[in-house]
Amino acid sequence: MLIKKTPRWALKESDATPESVYHNRRDILKKLGITLVGMPLASQANAGLFDAFTGKDKPAVKDSRRQLVTKPSQYSDSKLSLTPESKILQYNNFYEFGTDKSDPAVRAANFQTNPWTVQIDGLVHRPTTLGYEDIFSKFTLEERIYRLRCVEAWSMNIPWIGFPLAELLKKANPMSKAKYVAFETLHDPKRMPGQASRRLGGGIDYPYVEGLRIDEAMNPLALISVGLYGKTLAPQNGAPLRLVVPWKYGFKSIKSIVRITLTDKEPPTTWNRLAPNEYGFYANVNPQVDHPRWSQGSERFIGEGSLFSSRRQPTTMFNGYANEVAGLYKGMDLRKQF
Amino acid sequence: MKIMPRHITGLKAVIHLISLSFLALMTYQTLTGGLGADPVEGLSHFTGKAALNTLMITLLISPIARRFKLGQLVKVRRLVGLYSFFWAAIHLLVYLALDLGFDASLLASEIATRPYLTVGALSWVILLVLAITSTQGIQRRLGHRWQKLHNWVYLALLLAPIHYYWSVKSGITEPVLYLATALILLSFRHKILRRWLPVLSSFSRTPSTRS
Repeated sequence: MLIKKTPRWALKESDATPESVYHNRRDILKKLGITLVGMPLASQANAGLFDAFTGKDKPAVKDSRRQLVTKPSQYSDSKLSLTPESKILQYNNFYEFGTDKSDPAVRAANFQTNPWTVQIDGLVHRPTTLGYEDIFSKFTLEERIYRLRCVEAWSMNIPWIGFPLAELLKKANPMSKAKYVAFETLHDPKRMPGQASRRLGGGIDYPYVEGLRIDEAMNPLALISVGLYGKTLAPQNGAPLRLVVPWKYGFKSIKSIVRITLTDKEPPTTWNRLAPNEYGFYANVNPQVDHPRWSQGSERFIGEGSLFSSRRQPTTMFNGYANEVAGLYKGMDLRKQF
Repeated sequence: MKIMPRHITGLKAVIHLISLSFLALMTYQTLTGGLGADPVEGLSHFTGKAALNTLMITLLISPIARRFKLGQLVKVRRLVGLYSFFWAAIHLLVYLALDLGFDASLLASEIATRPYLTVGALSWVILLVLAITSTQGIQRRLGHRWQKLHNWVYLALLLAPIHYYWSVKSGITEPVLYLATALILLSFRHKILRRWLPVLSSFSRTPSTRS
């Protein structure tokens, strides 16, 4: 039984836009002669030092995402209550476009992701290059509702669209001596202002790099995502393709990938290089191993509603995916190899 | 220009107006979702920075009064200082209520184990004590000891930006700017500080006369 104190200003379920109208909204708008669809952009409430001076004007942004056809997946958890799309689009850590959570939605608005190339090389029998269309056409797209847990102790439930990383790697036929998979984000300071300015870019080194052990990469949960909520990715979510490793902290899920290299040595990872005592290579979600400065025992879930419905929930081992991935770490001291 | 009592009253009214406007803005943004997708973090940052800003302004008043020979200006210092504690109190309440769900023992253990919370709690307690002892009545009763007590604001001035610095993942620009501002504000009082530090060290050197 749900005992809930509803604030007077809260909308009722019956006030919500009917789903049929929602799905046809672009047609409706077109028929009304309005073709520029604005992506929601939050205004920022802040008593910060410079906020009065940074003219963060928020013009309507053209939404150039397209619909994707997907198959359901056994790895999708449909019981999860989803984080609203508007929050997924406006609450992002993507320092290439600024360090405020609302920066990427604004600064990446016109980031072009077509054409794009992903190179798969290193210890592979068949070095492969994929173009923009390839990532949508050469793989069967699935919808996977996953939990996402940020190291900052907030979390979301996201309906990703993509295909297993294993399928991508199989196209390049990794050699048996390949032990790790290294990933790299685009490096283009002209298009990614955070890479041109140290202040804007949060003090991390670019290009953003990440890595997985080969068995982690081949785990069926590891996903290359090309979309969410039924559409291709918005730039701020790591378009056109990104990694999603749901049992690890979010910073492992590298965005806007241009290169995947199979290697036999543990590859460097950006956050580990910045603060090795705070961010490890494995970065498995683990409520028993705290961040040196804050607890990882619980998280603030970002879901429907506003302030008074935000809820703190306990963090679960491997973000709730222990069944699928705990075996990868048998015998390891996860306190030392964090 | 000579400052008349009515100027001080007017200035106090303006300070109230500005502070309450920020409170209204915060309330408005809370109710309309303008705090972003993680409103608890948004509210925490809003109130924390409001507290830092007002604390910095509080410590700007005496140097300005001295420099421009506007002694009466000091009369608004208590008001601004109290607003700093006001924002700090909401900041802590947000954390305790919305983040920790009023779990007092969790609050205690978190403050004990997370350095950024320890220094934050220390600054908060300093501001609390200063707020409580801010009345003219107490000022009269404590005499010269009152000033010694209220000099602890300099420690809060340093600890609060450190609290901010340690709480962020990597975006240290703002915390560093607050720290730099704090150091500049302290530098205006270098004469006093040099006198204060020997007093502090003399406390530690004073032997107990009852052994």
